[in-house]
Amino acid sequence: MNFPKELKYTKDHEWVKIEDGIAVIGITEFAQRELGDIVYVEVETVGETIASGEVFGTVEAVKTVSDLFMPLEGEIIEFNEELESSPELVNESPYEEGWMIKVKITGEVPEGELLSPEDYAELVGN
Amino acid sequence: MTDSIKKIQLNDLHEALGGKMVPFAGYNMPVRYSSDIEEHKTVREGVGVFDVSHMGEFMVKGPKALDLIQKVTSNDASKLIIGQAQYSCFPNEKGGIVDDLIVYKIGEEEYMLVVNASNIEKDWNWINQHNDIGAELENISDSLSLFAIQGPKAIEAVQSLTSIDLSTIKFYHFTKGDFAGVNDVIISGTGYTGAGGFEIYVKNEDAERVWKAVFEAGKDFGIKPIGLGARDTLRLEMGYCLYGNDINDETSPLEAGLGWITKFTKDFINSENLKKQKESGLEKKLVGFIIQEKGIPRAHYPIVNTSGEIIGEVTSGTMSPSMGVGIGMGYVNSEYAIPGTDIAITVRNKNLPAKIEKLPLYKK
Repeated sequence: MNFPKELKYTKDHEWVKIEDGIAVIGITEFAQRELGDIVYVEVETVGETIASGEVFGTVEAVKTVSDLFMPLEGEIIEFNEELESSPELVNESPYEEGWMIKVKITGEVPEGELLSPEDYAELVGN
Repeated sequence: MTDSIKKIQLNDLHEALGGKMVPFAGYNMPVRYSSDIEEHKTVREGVGVFDVSHMGEFMVKGPKALDLIQKVTSNDASKLIIGQAQYSCFPNEKGGIVDDLIVYKIGEEEYMLVVNASNIEKDWNWINQHNDIGAELENISDSLSLFAIQGPKAIEAVQSLTSIDLSTIKFYHFTKGDFAGVNDVIISGTGYTGAGGFEIYVKNEDAERVWKAVFEAGKDFGIKPIGLGARDTLRLEMGYCLYGNDINDETSPLEAGLGWITKFTKDFINSENLKKQKESGLEKKLVGFIIQEKGIPRAHYPIVNTSGEIIGEVTSGTMSPSMGVGIGMGYVNSEYAIPGTDIAITVRNKNLPAKIEKLPLYKK
């Protein structure tokens, strides 16, 4: 499985890319494989500031539903609107076209809790 | 008690095919090979094969075989002719269901009961406990493999493997014959998909040979292996009950809509009480529904009326791959259990409008 080097990961199977105080967040290749066909991504928290570890949305697969957790504290400034009509992008391209939200970081980045690609790969037994 | 996960005969073959294996009912089972939606559509439109060898099989034989079956099951097995099968359930003594099953009449004093994998031990204990009349019982679950070849192209895909004219096997009938060079294979016009096709019971030692022959024969018809994920969405589109979700030790077969397999023309365990329940009216009923907006119902979500009052609970829910909408089943107070009734499903604090529909939810 692919876990790009430039990303950080969480134990909840999200990835985060931090650039200039903005974090882009999605779910990992492992997560999308576990979930199966994703049919609905619900994010109704745009404009809200949410603490690290709190729920920012939900991802619905055919077989299951899963909460999405903030990997860090921030204000959600954008939701990937493409996912409204094409939720399958999360399966097809979890790190690129399947990104979920952009966040303006408002708190300390919890560096100690974010995992390196190597540590995340180990976590998921890869 | 052991927690060890059992493996079905072709476990390694499924792994080699890319099947994602998950623990299910005590067995390591393929939940999907590629995509739930693709696999679902393969069965609806073409042909696919499920390995459901985790299912349990009990043989009931001897002069008392029918008497025991009549006592422990709700349907009337005396109506069966040799070569016919029947959907039924084991009612318990407190109003619920021990399991649902299929009864096959193999010979004059020989029956096979096919039960859910998760309940093999419970069912086996249950029927033995009630066998005070001396029927001969044998649990052959660990020696049989079961493949469900399902879909509108099922017959043509594997007809070349047998001398039996598969088109003559009627729904809920079966025959024993040659299949892929193996003798005495049970070929049954059953399934859990509503897509047509049949199920074949083979000995474990023949399983690999038969599976490979089926895929070789079906190659030109686009045959594919199908996981349990698609099995669940297919059955839910048809409104078939899943034990553990829609029916369990607490649910009444009448409330579950299984009145058609609950025959008061004979006595069986708890028949008196069930008869009284039928006469006095049912408090709640299992219904199917379709969500009218974007959103997916899941088990245990509340069902509410148009005023937002709770009237029941979802027992199974999914996105229907055939229709692209959220569908489900659940129990509602009987006054609401009428097709066309507007209800709503509470999905994450929002009440999504839904409509109660006649089963099957998916109409071809």
